[in-house]
Amino acid sequence: MLTAAIVIATTLVCISLILNFWRLYRGPSRPDRILALDTMYINSIALIILFGISSGTALYFEAALLIAMLGFVSTAAMCKYILRGDLIE
Amino acid sequence: MGFWIELVVSVFLVLGAVFVFIGSLGLAKLPDFYTRLHGPTKATTLGMSCLLIASVILVTYQQGYLSLHELLITLFLLITAPITAHMLAKTAFHHKLEILDKTSGRALSKRARERMAP
Repeated sequence: MLTAAIVIATTLVCISLILNFWRLYRGPSRPDRILALDTMYINSIALIILFGISSGTALYFEAALLIAMLGFVSTAAMCKYILRGDLIE
Repeated sequence: MGFWIELVVSVFLVLGAVFVFIGSLGLAKLPDFYTRLHGPTKATTLGMSCLLIASVILVTYQQGYLSLHELLITLFLLITAPITAHMLAKTAFHHKLEILDKTSGRALSKRARERMAP
């Protein structure tokens, strides 16, 4: 039952990554693209955690934590750059 | 492995994946940037919380002691998602993205736009 649940969850997360990529490619404005990229970060964390559960090691959680921090910092930096035209004033 | 542990973990996994999928579907399908902002910032965060709770239960059961690594990621995502949404909404106001007639709260947008940029 756990294996089937992992397969279903991985399939749904992969479909949502494809949807995010479609919005990243299509997005009419720049904030749309930033939002799509931020959602792709969060969904890739979900994928890494599912892989960690299926392989049975606790090694991947540090990678997920690093990706979460880098995703937040990069999203904030891109928003600041678009808002002010500069990162550090 | 106990049957009930496996059942609870499976239910949390599928529920979290469904929430993540609904958030991304909202990002792809909704017509306006301000409505599109709803999907990822709420549904995806909730789905990630469900997935990480499933992981906490499974790792705690397998290793025999309480594992709180995953709770750290949940806390971090719950803190950073509203900040990201706020900054993206500020950016959208600054760029004067169009607001559709159906989107609620249009009367507030003029006042929000007149305030100083951060």
